[in-house]
Amino acid sequence: MTETFAPVTRFAVPGRIAVSSRAAAEWQTATLTEVRRETPYASTFRFAVPAWQGHLPGQHLMLRLTAEDGYTAQRHYSIASPPEDSGHIELTLDHVEGGEVSGWFHTVARPGDEVEVRGPLSGFFAWPGDRPALLIGAGSGVVPLMSMVRHHRARGLSVPLRMLVSARSPEELIYARELGAETTPVFTRNSPQGVPVGRMAAAHVAPLLAAQPEGGWEAYVCGSNAFAEHASRLLVEAGQPVDRIRIERFG
Amino acid sequence: MNVTRGFTGRPRVQNTGLPPGQYDAGDDWPVLSAEVTPDLSSADWTFRVDGLVEQPRTWDWDEAHTLPASAYEGDIHCVTSWSKFGVRFAGVSLDAFLAVVRPHGSATHAVAYSHTGYTTNLPLADLTGGRAWIAWEYDGKPLPAEHGGPARLLVPHLYFWKSAKWVAGLTLLDHDEPGFWEQNGYHARGNPWEEQRYSGD
Ligand SMILES: Cc1cc2nc3c(=O)[nH]c(=O)nc-3n(C[C@H](O)[C@H](O)[C@H](O)COP(=O)(O)OP(=O)(O)OC[C@H]3O[C@@H](n4cnc5c(N)ncnc54)[C@H](O)[C@@H]3O)c2cc1C
Repeated sequence: MTETFAPVTRFAVPGRIAVSSRAAAEWQTATLTEVRRETPYASTFRFAVPAWQGHLPGQHLMLRLTAEDGYTAQRHYSIASPPEDSGHIELTLDHVEGGEVSGWFHTVARPGDEVEVRGPLSGFFAWPGDRPALLIGAGSGVVPLMSMVRHHRARGLSVPLRMLVSARSPEELIYARELGAETTPVFTRNSPQGVPVGRMAAAHVAPLLAAQPEGGWEAYVCGSNAFAEHASRLLVEAGQPVDRIRIERFG
Repeated sequence: MNVTRGFTGRPRVQNTGLPPGQYDAGDDWPVLSAEVTPDLSSADWTFRVDGLVEQPRTWDWDEAHTLPASAYEGDIHCVTSWSKFGVRFAGVSLDAFLAVVRPHGSATHAVAYSHTGYTTNLPLADLTGGRAWIAWEYDGKPLPAEHGGPARLLVPHLYFWKSAKWVAGLTLLDHDEPGFWEQNGYHARGNPWEEQRYSGD
């Protein structure tokens, strides 16, 4: 007896996003052109990657460093820059205490240095700018979301876009200067005068779901695993369908 | 070789258990899942094997636990570059389930799917011969939900995205059919020792 395969399709790959396997398979040289400090613990690293084939906001890449003896270290990093910045990509790295790769970036790297990258990778967390997007991030989890915000601005898109970001304090809010009316920051330790301190809660999410755009939100959640669990649960409790929540966990 | 100026890396001991491009995550067990962790109790968990088999069958939690217990102790490797040494899982060998359903000779591949709708494809040969499990215990305790509990597929010799969390079933096919990450640019097989990370590797 033969049965046909009928998988549950609740959690489907968005058909509108294609991923090039050739770009993903090839290592390219990326030349560091600029380092910008964002917060005491995070900096943005700008690279020239002349043959970069482009990416969609939300995608990440694989980065590789090689030591003299051939030892390599590779890590995933989300792309912070929008696709409009062609021939260039920007990454924003947290300085992880004792971190092998982020440690090199924050203590050794300077313009002119070369590293290797492959990508863009994974279409699942990508946002092509076609549907209303509700972005929720914490710490460096704001990185792929910022690519979406920048894309939205660069294209002058009118599709609704809202962002909630959690940071310990205003000093640790990455891209603070660039955040606009689309963003609501949430501060967990210190906040500016008049802004309450506390973790992201139902009260932040509920109004956004109460005032849903036509067709509803695509929700994108990014940050540590603990934050992703917390934020995705808030969304589900507020009525966001699970199959319209995409999560990127930084491990 | 493209040497990175000033990069020495961490002091390293020659570790033959580490596939190329991987690092030892030590005590960490990162969670990498693009989904909302489901609220799935063992009472609601079922596991089905169908497709090119003599006798399709669905097991519930208690029925699956009547099959002979089998454990895995060894290493696991995630495509995001971490490996974890000496982990202990317990459950049932997939061979025990397949012995009941009896695959047709024409079956060459399988699609594993989860209770959440996640899919991943595997050659049947990677699921047989004591190389794959349905695992419900980690380190002597129930498998945590964020790591796929109540039960996940365990195929430790392949990158860990093949070890579908919250596994709901396997469908045996006579051809390969890309699953969720494979449609998202990841490799069809995912052998860590050959660094089969992305399609084209
Ligand atoms: C899809 C994805 C996207 C990501 N995007 C971003 C991003 O945009 N920005 C960002 O900052 N990060 C991002 N990350 C996280 C990033 O990939 C790295 O995990 C992070 O930069 C830390 O790497 P590292 O080499 O600096 O630290 P690691 O060397 O990996 O160390 C991490 C931690 O483990 C400890 N540790 C591990 N091994 C040892 C050892 N042998 N000895 C001592 N200590 C050890 C370190 O002290 C440290 O606390 C992303 C991750 C994923 C999966």
